[in-house]
Amino acid sequence: MKQDSELAIRVRNMSRTFGDKLAVDQLDLDIPKGTIYGFLGPNGCGKSTSIRMLTGLLTPTSGDIRVLGYELPRQAELLRTRIGYMTQKFSLYETLSVRENLDFVGQIYSLGRQQRRQRIDELLRLYSLGDHQKQMAGSLSGGQKQRLALAAATLHHPDLLFLDEPTSAVDPENRREFWERLFDLCHQGTTILVSTHYMDEAERCHALAILEDGVKRADGSPDQLMQDMGARVFEVSGDDLRALKTRLINQPQVISAAQLGTRLRVLVRKSEPQPQQWLQQQLLNQTSEEVRPSLEDVFVSCTGGHHV
Amino acid sequence: MSELGNSLSRTLAIIIKELRQLSRDRMTFALILMIPMVQLILFGYAINTDVRHIEVGVVDLSQSSWSRELLRVTAATQAVDFHHSYGSVQEAEQAITRGEVKAVLYLPADLPERLVVHPSFTGQGQTSRQPALTPAVGQWLVDGSDTLVASSIRGLRTLPLDEVAGRPHNPALPVLEVVQYFNAEQRSVVNIVPGLLAIILTMTMILFTSAAIVREREHGNMEFLITTPVKPLELMIGKITPYMLVGILQISIILTMGHLVFDVPIRGSALNILGSALLFIAASLTLGLVISTIARTQLQAMQMTIFILLPSILLSGFMFPYDAMPEPAQYIAEALPATHFIRLIRGVVLREAQISDMPADAIWLALFALGGLLVAAKRFHKQLE
Repeated sequence: MKQDSELAIRVRNMSRTFGDKLAVDQLDLDIPKGTIYGFLGPNGCGKSTSIRMLTGLLTPTSGDIRVLGYELPRQAELLRTRIGYMTQKFSLYETLSVRENLDFVGQIYSLGRQQRRQRIDELLRLYSLGDHQKQMAGSLSGGQKQRLALAAATLHHPDLLFLDEPTSAVDPENRREFWERLFDLCHQGTTILVSTHYMDEAERCHALAILEDGVKRADGSPDQLMQDMGARVFEVSGDDLRALKTRLINQPQVISAAQLGTRLRVLVRKSEPQPQQWLQQQLLNQTSEEVRPSLEDVFVSCTGGHHV
Repeated sequence: MSELGNSLSRTLAIIIKELRQLSRDRMTFALILMIPMVQLILFGYAINTDVRHIEVGVVDLSQSSWSRELLRVTAATQAVDFHHSYGSVQEAEQAITRGEVKAVLYLPADLPERLVVHPSFTGQGQTSRQPALTPAVGQWLVDGSDTLVASSIRGLRTLPLDEVAGRPHNPALPVLEVVQYFNAEQRSVVNIVPGLLAIILTMTMILFTSAAIVREREHGNMEFLITTPVKPLELMIGKITPYMLVGILQISIILTMGHLVFDVPIRGSALNILGSALLFIAASLTLGLVISTIARTQLQAMQMTIFILLPSILLSGFMFPYDAMPEPAQYIAEALPATHFIRLIRGVVLREAQISDMPADAIWLALFALGGLLVAAKRFHKQLE
């Protein structure tokens, strides 16, 4: 257990309802300083709602939230200068140029003229936006918009950065580049909380929480999660995989069976004492071998396979 | 930097941002200039409460030289123009129903006999006969649905008949003299142009600001903005300041054009005009901000603006005199910033009054603006719900 002073975010029993719907249910979080922490989950699982409560944008229905030592929502105003927030949808001004947008943000954070110009030049270089500084933000590409949003969110050197599905409108090449920038920031001491529904992104995090229907199903480092998962993973190859899949998913021992090209990936519960032998008995003229679990397997086994 | 310095920096950031966005929105910018010009020309020429040259008809059963002379004298008043002639009262009534004419003058067959005994014809102002027993010479059949037209024709009831009788016109001696200050020629446009300031400013100021916050919410900018250290009051002040400049620009356009095109006298000092205009602009803008914090979409904001705009046009004294309204309507009018501004600006522009001559209206506008700003800042939570 980490000391409280080493935690950037400490949350106990955080819940939020919208009308009858329970969006976030009794969430507990311990996010250490200087790490990249991920929220992994399908759309509507409570990722954005949780982030909004942690930034003070939304009042929790109940729960105890401490972010950078401030108690939320009571001290939300004091937290403002120390956090950066990159929203899911582009939220800068499309009719302002790249530089004007950054200038606006700099003034909002009360940077002096000299300091502001220096910092903006630095950011334009860092995020390769120098050639576009006079371009209207509305006419930028998805990747450029995303880099501009990150520049704006980090302009005032926040200690804690919230990123709500930052790469949903970005191609894989830009995504890799983007994550390099996040690790740079992390290296400089920034704590980052990022939500995503991409497995490969989640795998890059130091630690993550898997959310489903507002409930935390599992948390820990990706390796830890893969070790601890309650299932063993097999890949079956051979003929007639579709019929095999239909048969297998009706068995209580099987969490999920999903086809990947010419193979069928089967998750068998650990509660089955002899998973390999058990699976072998189910096969007709196919062969199976046990494979190393992936984060996707962890996700599927945590969420009971409803989403695959 | 001090906390006050930070606050100023944030407010300035919003102001610069708004000005930049405004300068890039060409359509809005064109409307800011065109709305006052077009409306001034339209209303300046079109609105005239002095009703003249109403199209009327005649049913002349007497067909005498007297009747022709009577028609000539009536037409000479310029109140009515005789366009149609009908053979009977039934035909005349049908013409009124069709909307062909607003009124018909009926002259009976025995017109000459009636005329010669009428005291206004004989020139004996007083006669021994009771006035009630004196038969009228003719009769006006009037479409009374338009009260302005009807009252204008009622004014023809006591048409002097001296001229018909071939006597020089001998106007009745007035009991009371009237001296008309400030608008001696009695042109409606003189009263309308200052009033138009209130209407156009109400329209543009409330419309711009009511959309201001809603638009940021709709475009998703608000979600970012409220995680920054911006305070609600800074946001509100930053939002309305650029539009104060827009309002002053519009006022300058209307007054300059009103003076050049319609020869409206600008008697008051620039300082008094600016002062009352700023008070009203501030009141309208904060009203728009309050709407902005209530409305969820730009369409809703628009509808609420119209809800304020219509009474501002109809009850503020712009179209109809305040004193002619029933008491409850006057209470509503008192609540509208436009009413107070119309009083102020007509006073300043037309009567060379000082703001200090009408302190109640000025104070009311100032309090309205302050109250609106506080309500808007209070209603605007830095939260998403």
